[in-house]
Amino acid sequence: MANAHSHDDAGHGSVKSYVIGFVLSVILTLIPFGLVMYPSLPKSLTLWIVLAFAVIQVLVHLVYFLHLDRSAAQRNNVIAFVFAAIVIVLLVGLSLWIMFSIHTNMMAK
Amino acid sequence: MSNLVTTAGHAHGTDHGHDDHHHDSGEMTVFGFWLYLMTDCILFASIFAAYAVLVNNVAGGPSGHDIFELPYVLGETALLLFSSITYGFAMLAFFRGNKKQVLGWLALTFLFGAGFIGMEINEFHMLISEGYGPNRSGFLSGFFTLVGTHGLHVTSGLIWMAIMMYQVQKNGLTATNKTRLSCLSLFWHFLDVVWICVFTVVYLMGTM
Repeated sequence: MANAHSHDDAGHGSVKSYVIGFVLSVILTLIPFGLVMYPSLPKSLTLWIVLAFAVIQVLVHLVYFLHLDRSAAQRNNVIAFVFAAIVIVLLVGLSLWIMFSIHTNMMAK
Repeated sequence: MSNLVTTAGHAHGTDHGHDDHHHDSGEMTVFGFWLYLMTDCILFASIFAAYAVLVNNVAGGPSGHDIFELPYVLGETALLLFSSITYGFAMLAFFRGNKKQVLGWLALTFLFGAGFIGMEINEFHMLISEGYGPNRSGFLSGFFTLVGTHGLHVTSGLIWMAIMMYQVQKNGLTATNKTRLSCLSLFWHFLDVVWICVFTVVYLMGTM
């Protein structure tokens, strides 16, 4: 049973990992909200910081709450996630590129 | 089949082999559910793309800057984040074999989730009663579709959670319940991940 238990630990985290994830998430949420609610930086810089913090917080959730890691047990989950991430980047990126190109070109004429 | 369903509290010795067997098929189920979540990601990505295309089409109506209240959104975010960690504690209690704590943490998670949905319904109600419903402009159509789809997911999660509390109460900490709660765990944490994208893209970037 001891073996089975330590094997399980890799898959479902511990109080410590949840608390670390929670504290990081709180910090990564409060800073962007603060920057937008009390603007103190140039707008474009604020935008990049807010986006960067969102990406970091998504990664924090994936690691500490969804327990994605480099272990063999998680390999298929990670592969599926990376594939979905590629699809999402293409889907959103290309949609916006196409639609805003159309917008710009149609307006110019 | 029923003799394979063992509670975590006893029968570790004799039924352990069966338990391992269940463990394997359970892991396949959880992996399959993870694949479903990845397709759900793509659904959300499409709605995000539609929202981003429509966000400037306010048709003379309000823009995000006019209608979003960040302190309120911060409250919603806090509720969802609290519900994430309490669900995590429910899973940890499950692996410790403590049924009472599982039910307690699930109930707390349910309350946080219900609080989030309550706040969202209130926000929608306020907007619609001010005449800023989804039919007002392209921006508001995109907003209601995106935030509403997330809200519907959270509502489904709450219904699922209520059913799981009943099943844990009735059947105990069985292998089947472990698989189901593991799937719900992925679902619940996944919704928090989507919410990070929502508050960043919709509320923060909209207010900026």
